[in-house]
Amino acid sequence: MTKVLFFASLREQAQCDSLEVCLDHNITVAELKRKLIEKNDCLKRALNGNVLTAVDQEMVNDSFCIANGSEVAFFPPVTGG
Amino acid sequence: MDFSQSTNIDVTESDFSVAEEYQALVEENPKDGAVVFFVGLVRDMNQGHCIQGLHLEHYPAMTKKALLSIVERARQRWSLGRVRLVHRVGSLKVNDQIVFLGISSPHREASFEAAQFIMDYLKTEAPFWKKETTSDGERWVEANEKDSVARKRWSET
Repeated sequence: MTKVLFFASLREQAQCDSLEVCLDHNITVAELKRKLIEKNDCLKRALNGNVLTAVDQEMVNDSFCIANGSEVAFFPPVTGG
Repeated sequence: MDFSQSTNIDVTESDFSVAEEYQALVEENPKDGAVVFFVGLVRDMNQGHCIQGLHLEHYPAMTKKALLSIVERARQRWSLGRVRLVHRVGSLKVNDQIVFLGISSPHREASFEAAQFIMDYLKTEAPFWKKETTSDGERWVEANEKDSVARKRWSET
């Protein structure tokens, strides 16, 4: 299983802080986003804007290939400091 | 253990003492002739909104890892002594301290530049998000274009 986490405004839009997906083969970040967007309108709203992605706590881009069992996090541009 | 090149990163709900952080940078540290530090505070106005307070959310499993990676990249570019970074999370009021970054180095140029570098990357890569309470309700702070521009000056990929 692959754990998907949402933070900040994305968590509010998705109306959930985490969910699990089963990836039968390795897919890219862009493909996972498409898969989630098809699930429901909340996820569609959350993932359609300017979204950053971390896989196993490292920032990656949309072409990064996700292995099953990874922790994927989606979040808006960061605003710390 | 050699503390001359130690990195200390803390993500906490508690406030920090600048005096104590400074002391930890200079104590028994005869190699470094310069200390530069930066403190970030909660302002009362942001992006045209009057701020009453804010809540800082983060991604606990990633935060320290991301900050450490930023400090390590700075260490590859400059000869630094000690680096101390404290970032608060949770609920904060106007004028509260948010972040402390202190760096010691043999000469001042390295500390000055590395401090800018670390803050520019922290602002664009460290997983923190601010939600402000304003007179009009709550709002998520939007990322600033000027922060991305500032980061690009270090021309890393």
